[in-house]
Amino acid sequence: MPQKSDIVAQLQAEISRMEGFKPASSVSRDTALGPVSEAFPSGSFPVGAVHEFMPARSNDDAATTAFVAGLVASLMGTCGAALWISSSTKVFPPGLKHYGIEPDRVIFIDLKNEKDVKSAMEEALKCSALSAVIAEMQSLDFTSSRRLQLAVEQSQVTGFVLRNDHSLNATACVSRWKIASMESERVGTLPGIGFPRWKVELLRVRGGKPGAWEIKWMHGKFMHASQPAPSIQEQKRKVG
Amino acid sequence: MDKRYVSIWFKHLRTDWFALAQPELKDVPFVLRTPSHGRMVISALNEVASGKGLGIGTALADARAVVPDLEVADDKPELAGKLLHRLAEWCIRFTPSVAIDLPDGILMDVSGCTHLWGGEQAYLSDIISQLSARGYNVSVAMADTIGVVWGMARFGKGSLIVPTSEDIQALVKLPPEALRLEEEVVERLHKLGLHTIGQFIKMSSSSLRRRFGQHFVMRLQQALGHEMEMLQTVQPAEPYQERLPCLEPIVTATGIEIALQQLLEALCSRMQREQKGLRKGIVKAYRVDSKVEQVEIRTTRPSNHVGHLFKLFQAKISGIAPGLGIELFTLDAPRVEEHIPAQSKVWEGSGTFEDERLSELIDRLASKFSGKNIHRYLPDEHYWPERSFRPASSLNEKPGTIWCTDKQRPLHILATPEPIEVTAPIPDYPPMLFRYKGKLHEIVKADGPERIEQEWWIQQGQHRDYYQVEDETGHRYWLFRLGHYDDANFQWFVHGFFA
Repeated sequence: MPQKSDIVAQLQAEISRMEGFKPASSVSRDTALGPVSEAFPSGSFPVGAVHEFMPARSNDDAATTAFVAGLVASLMGTCGAALWISSSTKVFPPGLKHYGIEPDRVIFIDLKNEKDVKSAMEEALKCSALSAVIAEMQSLDFTSSRRLQLAVEQSQVTGFVLRNDHSLNATACVSRWKIASMESERVGTLPGIGFPRWKVELLRVRGGKPGAWEIKWMHGKFMHASQPAPSIQEQKRKVG
Repeated sequence: MDKRYVSIWFKHLRTDWFALAQPELKDVPFVLRTPSHGRMVISALNEVASGKGLGIGTALADARAVVPDLEVADDKPELAGKLLHRLAEWCIRFTPSVAIDLPDGILMDVSGCTHLWGGEQAYLSDIISQLSARGYNVSVAMADTIGVVWGMARFGKGSLIVPTSEDIQALVKLPPEALRLEEEVVERLHKLGLHTIGQFIKMSSSSLRRRFGQHFVMRLQQALGHEMEMLQTVQPAEPYQERLPCLEPIVTATGIEIALQQLLEALCSRMQREQKGLRKGIVKAYRVDSKVEQVEIRTTRPSNHVGHLFKLFQAKISGIAPGLGIELFTLDAPRVEEHIPAQSKVWEGSGTFEDERLSELIDRLASKFSGKNIHRYLPDEHYWPERSFRPASSLNEKPGTIWCTDKQRPLHILATPEPIEVTAPIPDYPPMLFRYKGKLHEIVKADGPERIEQEWWIQQGQHRDYYQVEDETGHRYWLFRLGHYDDANFQWFVHGFFA
C-alpha cells in the first residue's frame, strides 16, 4: 500500500499541472536563486509562467530591475533572446551586462501607453522563440494578468511584469515579489561601495511557501547575504 | 532563315564613361592608368590622347613627357564588364539576344529585327545615333557571321553593312587582326607578308593549321560561317512582381484577402526557388474609377513565408478603400535579399536569437506599433555614456566590439542628467550630501572619481567626474561634476541609478 505522503505528493503534482505548471523535469533551468528556490513548488524557479515584481519604495525600481535581470540572464543562457517592453524605460543597455545579459540580444520596444504594452506583451508571450518577456507597467489587473497567463501556457515563455503601484489586488500571476535596496556589503575592510544587496520578499507564490530573504549579487550570481564574501587574499589567489 | 549579326565596338569605352561625369575631359588628352610591374602604364585613352601618339601600354612617365597637360585617372578593373553589362541590357530594345563581347564590344543577333526599323541602314543609324547621344564613340557593323561583323566593326572601311552572302568579299580586304587572333600569330603573319586575309584565305587548312595552330583555323572557319558560334546572351533581371486581374470588380475584404493570398503564394514560390526573401512589399489595387490604393509592409529579416507575409498585409487591408470595385491587384517586392532556409530543428524548445519566429514576431509588432519604437543596441567604442551604445540597423547585425565590463555602469539612466545641489568637502572628494527632487540624501559610501573626457573630435565641452555613491537608505546613484572643482561654474548632476 502506498505511503500517505506519496499520495499527497502525487496529488500536489497533479494539481500544479492543472494549474498550468509543467513538471520540473521538462524545464530544469537553474536560476541560481540559492536559498529562495526552496519556496517554489517544484524546487526551482517556475518558468513558462508570469511573475510580477514591485519595488518596495518609489526609488527601488533599479533594484527590482536588477533582480529581474539576474533571473532573465539565467533563462537566456548563451543564445536566447528577450523582449523588453515599456512605456518609459530607463534601462541603460550597457548596464545589463553586469547582470549577465548580453545587451545586444535584448530587443527594446518603447510604446506610448499602458494598453499597448499589455497587448504587445501578450503577443510576445505567444512566441516560443523568446526566452523571456519583460514589461514595465503601472498596474496590472486580474483580466489582463489572466490573458498573459493563458498566452504563456502554450509557449512556455517566462513573463516578468515590473509594476509600479503597490496595490495588492488579485492577479493570475504565479508569484509576486517585492524588492528593496539595502546597504551594500563591504569587501573586507576596503572603503567604497561593495556588492549590492536587496531585501527580496516573495509575497505570494502558487503552491509554494512565501518568505523574505536578503540576497546579494556577487561574481555574476545571486547569493544569500549571510554567505561571507571571499576574503581579499582568497580573491587574489583566484586571480593570480 | 539566314542569320544577321551586329557588332558594336566602343572605341573609348572607359574614357567615354569618365567624360560623361566630367564633360571637360572630352577635349583634353585623358588616360586611365593601372599599375604593372611596379610602374604606372596607360590602360585606356581617349581620342585626343591617341591623336598625340600615345598608346595602351605606354608608361605614364613617358606619356607625361610627350603630353605635359595629360589628365589621368585610376582605372577600375571591373569597370568595362559592368559598363558593357548595363549597355547590353539597354540594347535589348534592338533585339532580344544581346551578348557582351569583352573587353570593349557588344554582339547582337538581329535576324528578323531590322525590318521593324525600315531596313538595315535605318537600323544601324538608330543604334549609332542613340549611343552617340549617350556619349559613346562607337563603330557598328552588320554581317552574316560573328567573325566578319567583329572584324568589320574594328577594321572595316567604307560601308559597314555587309550585304547578305557577300561576307568573303568583305573579309578578304581586312587585315589578319580582324580574325580575333593572338598577338604573336598576327605578328608572324605580318612578318610573312600576309597583310590581308585575302592573301591566305585560299591556302589549304591543313598547311595553315601546321603553321599557325588549330585556333587560327577555327577563327577563320568561324568568319567564313563554316563553324557555329554561340552567343551568351544577357538575361534582363526579372522584377519580383505578380499581377492578378479580376473578372468582376472586387469590393469585399474577403475578396481582397483571397487576391492577396494568391499573389503571395505565386511570389513566395518563386522566391523559395531562388532562395530569396522579401524585405519590403507593396500591394497596389487598381480601382474601376482609375484610382490606385496602395499598402506597404516591411520585414526585419528576409522572409518568403506566405502565412507570415499574409498576416502582415492582413493588418493593413482596412487601409484599402475598394470604392466601386478593384479590377487589378499587383504585388511588388522592391527589396529582396538572400534567404537561406534554416535547417528544421530536431527539437522544439526555447529558441535562439536567429530563430525565424522571433523576426516574425518583431514584424508583427512593428506593423502594429510602428517600427520606430523597436530598438536593439550594439556596443560602440566610446567611454562617454550616451555614446557607448548605438542602435543596430537590423536583427542580423553582429556587435563589432565587446560590451565593456571594466567600469561598472548603472542599470537605470536618465535621458538627460538632472542638476542637483551638493555639499562636497575638498576637490576630488565625493560629495557628503546631495539634494535630489527635494529630498536630502546623506552619502555613506562612495567610489570615484572616474573622469570621462569629452571627445574633442565629436563635441567640445567640459569633462565629467563620475562618482558612485550610496545613501543612508541603501540606494545607489551615479553622480557627476561637470568641469573642474575650482572652476567658477561647475555643476553637479545625477545621471543614473545602480541596483
